[in-house]
Amino acid sequence: MRVTVETALQHGLTADEYARIEAALQRTPTIEELGVFSVMWSEHCSYKSSRAYLRGLPTSGPRVLQGPGENAGALDVGDGLAVVFKIESHNHPSFVEPFQGAATGVGGILRDIFTMGARPIANLNSLRFGGVAHPRTPYLVRGVVAGIGSYGNCIGVATVGGEVAFDPGYDHNILVNAFTLGVVASDRIFRARAEGVGNPVMYVGSKTGKDGIHGASLLASAEFDADSESKRPTVQVGDPFTEKLLLEACLELMSPAYSDHLVGIQDMGAAGLTSSSVEMAGRAGSGIDLDLSLVPLREQGMTPYDILLSESQERMLLVVHQGSEEVVRDLFAKWDLDAAVIGHVTDTGRLRATWEGRQVVDMPIAPLTDGAPVYHRPAVEPSADEGARLVLRELTEPRDYGQVLLQLLESPNLSSREWVYRQYDTYVGGNTVVRPGSDAAVVRLDGTQKAVAMTLDCNSRLCLLDPYVGTVSAVAEAARNLAASGAEPIGVTNCLNFGSPEKPEVMWQFQQAIAGLRDACLAFGTPVVSGNVSFYNETEGQSIPPTPVIGMVGLLEDVNHHVTQWFKGEGDAIVLLGRNREELGGSEYLAVVHHQVRGTLPWIDLDIERRLIRSVLQAAREGLLRSAHDVAEGGLAVALAECCITSEGGPHLGAHIDELEGGIRADALLFGESHGRIIVSVRRRHLTRLREIARREDVVMTTIGEVRGHRLEIGDLVDLPVATVRERWRGALERTLAGSPRE
Amino acid sequence: MKWGVITFPGSNDDVQAAYVLEQLLGETVVRLWHKDTQLDGLDCVLLPGGFSYGDYLRCGAMARFSPIMRAVSEFAAAGRVVVGICNGFQILCEAGLLPGALVRNRGLSFLCERVHVRVEDAETMFSNRCRRGDVLDIPIKHGEGCYIADEDTIRGLEAKRQIVLRYADAEGRVTQEANPNGSCGGIAGIRNARGNVFGMMPHPEHACERLVGGEDGRKIFLSVIAAGGVVADPIASKVVSGP
Repeated sequence: MRVTVETALQHGLTADEYARIEAALQRTPTIEELGVFSVMWSEHCSYKSSRAYLRGLPTSGPRVLQGPGENAGALDVGDGLAVVFKIESHNHPSFVEPFQGAATGVGGILRDIFTMGARPIANLNSLRFGGVAHPRTPYLVRGVVAGIGSYGNCIGVATVGGEVAFDPGYDHNILVNAFTLGVVASDRIFRARAEGVGNPVMYVGSKTGKDGIHGASLLASAEFDADSESKRPTVQVGDPFTEKLLLEACLELMSPAYSDHLVGIQDMGAAGLTSSSVEMAGRAGSGIDLDLSLVPLREQGMTPYDILLSESQERMLLVVHQGSEEVVRDLFAKWDLDAAVIGHVTDTGRLRATWEGRQVVDMPIAPLTDGAPVYHRPAVEPSADEGARLVLRELTEPRDYGQVLLQLLESPNLSSREWVYRQYDTYVGGNTVVRPGSDAAVVRLDGTQKAVAMTLDCNSRLCLLDPYVGTVSAVAEAARNLAASGAEPIGVTNCLNFGSPEKPEVMWQFQQAIAGLRDACLAFGTPVVSGNVSFYNETEGQSIPPTPVIGMVGLLEDVNHHVTQWFKGEGDAIVLLGRNREELGGSEYLAVVHHQVRGTLPWIDLDIERRLIRSVLQAAREGLLRSAHDVAEGGLAVALAECCITSEGGPHLGAHIDELEGGIRADALLFGESHGRIIVSVRRRHLTRLREIARREDVVMTTIGEVRGHRLEIGDLVDLPVATVRERWRGALERTLAGSPRE
Repeated sequence: MKWGVITFPGSNDDVQAAYVLEQLLGETVVRLWHKDTQLDGLDCVLLPGGFSYGDYLRCGAMARFSPIMRAVSEFAAAGRVVVGICNGFQILCEAGLLPGALVRNRGLSFLCERVHVRVEDAETMFSNRCRRGDVLDIPIKHGEGCYIADEDTIRGLEAKRQIVLRYADAEGRVTQEANPNGSCGGIAGIRNARGNVFGMMPHPEHACERLVGGEDGRKIFLSVIAAGGVVADPIASKVVSGP
């Protein structure tokens, strides 16, 4: 097949990019070479529109063992251990085929973690669906949740947390972001480098089929249109059982008994064999020769083009020492897995591939990696929308606040997620200390006193109104969630989901979000060690709301200092740390009750957040906190209700709140989403000590009431039986999804 | 006691079971690979939870053909103790070592949650550390945990006191609401007629520490340990016919 500029355009490349390819090769590429360029230069693999901005993020710190650039980031947590974590998107595949799309999203991020030698111990995921009234939403929710569950449950990694949100802005482009954290001895982190001329390149895992060809370039790096359904064949199919075998076999290979045989290892994810070999050689400054005829194949009639670009799952590429081939082959045979030598490392700086004796690829590696295009795309702030102003006095205050509270707790974004997470194995591994449903998941680190806490956060409504403040808010909320769980924030990963970077307004949103991420991470001292950018989340010209999902990891030096959000004991004092403000902009209340998405976002002061977090952590370490809960979506009233109702096994205790600051509107007091607030409960005798801690950090502290009985009473505004509140909140999501038309 | 914990390809609670027995209960554990064929010197063999062979066919349907299963059958026939948890229970049913079958949950979804089970009989080697009517708080996590069997089999299970655990509410009432998966009669755990083979869907190995999952699951393991791996139940041991 003769390659022309038209062929390049069909591959998602531009005419300019094609000209660059011809210049780099100084000839017309073969179809295989064009295929390789198209995936390596895809937005998904090359970060060509985002790379220039990402350079500004803080990525270093005393705990950082591995920052961005490898399969995942790694932080030192002491006791000779490191945690390895990353989040990745699988948005388009999950919209086209929700079950397999979500399942393989989980499979992909798991491989990124165990590629580094870490045993995965926790999965979290951040899911965004369209409005609950959209006819496709229930089908997508069921498929995605079942897909995540099927993969994680089968491979035996606990799914311990995450978030689920609904917004019509995602009607035609849902978001599925999967996070995994693993643990490894800090001196045994493996990296993806093809070093040592003559060393064999080995292929292990599933056989290669025709699935997922051009998943990265055509599915992940282009916007949707009416034909997107026809892209279903580009979605990979997951086999968690094979991945479980691959996981165990790879970790055995990386154990001290075998690891001397291994030079480098990388999973074959997006862009399959192509990206794994190119990236491994690129990092080492070496070259790779491959004989594609040696690749284990699942089906007949595959061309070298197919073999290079297949995104078949559950495969890894290894570079081993010469003479180690037999040992490695035997080890994988024990796990009933294929292992084949398919090439070797060279010093040519080139990727060369033959097939049936014919040279099909012979190209320099540098233009594929460091030499990939970098775009400084124009960013333009959209003109201010006068309609976005919120005038509080024009907003009618509700008469029955109890009913409004119930309405909020039943709304799609605030109702219980139990229906979702009960489909996930949260126990496997035996270390899940705090299961889904509290502020953050807490998982014990085997063989130590320590635990890690993890949370994923983003409020895309805030990011739509103001991407800078919205992103800062997401980072702050994540940090508060960790602190309320007793964990000190130590690092960040992020999944930046945006529309088309070719639109200046989207690029502006992106630029603002990156600036917010940078400023907030600097303030909290939490380096960004890994991440993922997902552009082109749009359908027929309509972009999703900007959605920078923040994954934050925290450390508990002593697992016994973990704290959960629900009230524990009758008579405990309920304390609000932080200040209530008259702020309703961008709130859930405004959206659910008044059907408005507008207003100035709540004010945020990172110094106050930092001091709040320090004081909560100090109180947690001293064992003062019976419960702690961040005030976020739905405001103070929803947070208080959650403290009463979210315990899985009960008891579900009531609250009597009588000391609330006056001077602001009742709806803003109850439902405003001002930052910098955490509700804690403590034994009465510990109030004095808590006050000392708060005073030292200059944090406003108010004893607002006490844990009492079985009613939720907030001043003279709300008086509801806790059982009713829990019942309405608990089953709402299932009822809502059942009530919507099914596809 | 000396326990053998089997790892099938796809087992994923094998590590946890071994951890509980060794680290928390001080037992001796031998890790067994599904291709092993020797069980000599063991007092009890445990088939753990997980997704053996991916369970893409019926759960446990492939694992029953693993090389080690012939040895497990002989071990059971010799009157030695065999415990299957979740996928292990499914494998024991598929292998014919326990009667009945485990099928898709009533609600068709995977379910992971804390449930209560009532001890139906405390005079078994799997429950002797409980009292009859005790309610244990132990998690389940399965997609195919709905126990079914024909009426004769169920009657036989009742008559021979083979039902060890039933799903119940916190007060010990066996009700439809307290039955998470639609199991026949709320059955959560059974033993064979001889009393030496036991399967349960809930995961006692995930309820052995206060910090993670609670401690009620210990009673199951402590019962087996107290019985010392010997069929002690005088009533059940009189029945020598198979499952």
